[in-house]
Amino acid sequence: MIPEERLAETVRVEGSWVVATLTRTLGSLDLAEDAVQEAAVAALRSWPLTGVPDDPRAWLAVTARRKAYDVLRREAARPGKESAASRELPGVAADPAEEVAGMAEPDSVVRDDMLRLVFTCCHPALSLEARVALALRTLARLEVPAIARAFLVPEATMAKRLVRARQKIAAARIPYRVPSDAELPERLPAVLAVVHLIATEAHAPTGGEDVARAGLEVEAVRLARLLAELMPGEPEVWSLLSLLLFTAARRPARTGDDGEPVLLADQDRSRWDQGKITEASALLAEAVRRSGGKAGPYQLQAHLSACHSTARSWADTDWDRIIGLYDLLLCLSANPAVALNRAVAVGERDGPAAMLTVLDSLPPLPRSHLWHAARADALQRLGRLEEASHELLGAVDLAPTGPERRLLARRLAGLLPPSGHGQ
Amino acid sequence: MALYAALLYYAEDGGWMGREHLAEHSGFLADPAAAEVVRGWQALCPAGTATTITVGGGLGGDVMITDGPYAEAKEVLGGFYLLEAADLDEAIRFVARIPTAWRGKVEVRPVLPANPARSRP
Repeated sequence: MIPEERLAETVRVEGSWVVATLTRTLGSLDLAEDAVQEAAVAALRSWPLTGVPDDPRAWLAVTARRKAYDVLRREAARPGKESAASRELPGVAADPAEEVAGMAEPDSVVRDDMLRLVFTCCHPALSLEARVALALRTLARLEVPAIARAFLVPEATMAKRLVRARQKIAAARIPYRVPSDAELPERLPAVLAVVHLIATEAHAPTGGEDVARAGLEVEAVRLARLLAELMPGEPEVWSLLSLLLFTAARRPARTGDDGEPVLLADQDRSRWDQGKITEASALLAEAVRRSGGKAGPYQLQAHLSACHSTARSWADTDWDRIIGLYDLLLCLSANPAVALNRAVAVGERDGPAAMLTVLDSLPPLPRSHLWHAARADALQRLGRLEEASHELLGAVDLAPTGPERRLLARRLAGLLPPSGHGQ
Repeated sequence: MALYAALLYYAEDGGWMGREHLAEHSGFLADPAAAEVVRGWQALCPAGTATTITVGGGLGGDVMITDGPYAEAKEVLGGFYLLEAADLDEAIRFVARIPTAWRGKVEVRPVLPANPARSRP
């Protein structure tokens, strides 16, 4: 990492903790966000000249707090405005070191502040897309253009989404507090869904030209690590982190030398990141230990990923176990993508005719390009090439990204004999 | 005498918050004829601040919280409660006990503060 990048990284990571604490002390996420943004700009301007301070978080906190008080004083001074700033503002010490000492909070308080920030940004009263935007902006501290690019929407749209989300937090008074133990079971899934969606967009982009988005994957893993640090007692948090790492481990093998996607069945498994697989396996074991035998949806998905990650080859995969895990997942929720993957696993265990039967029994609504591609695979293996090519044509039409379209088109070309008809 | 609820609908979310239109309402309320009839009123924050709650099964069932107003053409507005709560979570906990939460849905929308300048969260 070049020094400027390392600097920006420090400002980002420390900045989120400062936002967390300032939001509590100022009583406003908006105000805290703006102040930390200004402090970050000041840090990036002065640190290259002065060097990074010993305690960069304290530096950012003091600077941000001063900026916020400036704003509140200006508001209070405006004639005819009754303002939040009319309350007593603590004095600003002449010596910043003294101020830093005065602001020092115990670790447990700082940790709770971050938990408050996490649960506020991921409150179920916000739409999932608003939660994702807030998590990437406020928790991961990505700039708006980067978030807009990640989700393939215009910058203005993403900026508006963030403004609306913050307006809702303020106007509807979404509280800034850690949910009680009793509330946690219904509040935690809303948080995990945000991180999982970011990881999914990284792993399988819903559009564009990338096979996977490494940068977004790093953010998802980082957020999952933060959650594990904040909530070490929650098994599903460990499972989610494990799942993300199993997936990340496969990324080097998912793109061929030509930049095109390589399916799991065809991947060169020696290119999988064994370090990540080892860590993911240990995390999954930890999740199992903590869950006391009650597997949540992320633990089941992590087990599935582990099953693939530890199989020597596609053919060597324990399809019985995979199908069993998919069955358990489907008991938790009827997810069409899970049902489709289960059908593919049935095809590996019981052959293409069984796979076709399962595929055709799935509800007709969510027939994605993946459903058509899976059906084409079953038909091809049954020797019904004409029907298979028909399905592949349908899949090409529905595929959301360029690389997936080209992959399917190549399969289609491979299906048709070179001399064309009459064979 | 009978009580009636007059429910105000607008084509545009937040369209009622324009200074000019709010002044129209002030004028309407200042009319002595209105004082004889109007028993109470509140303006609501834009629909973007709404949260919809539904409870599965019955009292104590799973509380489903979703972003946004309840906009289903088939259902009809049946009434309203004006609640005072410390924050949205407290409001949701109470709303989950309103029988409509399992027989239909309840939309929770903050009331527009009397002085929006004071409303920094």
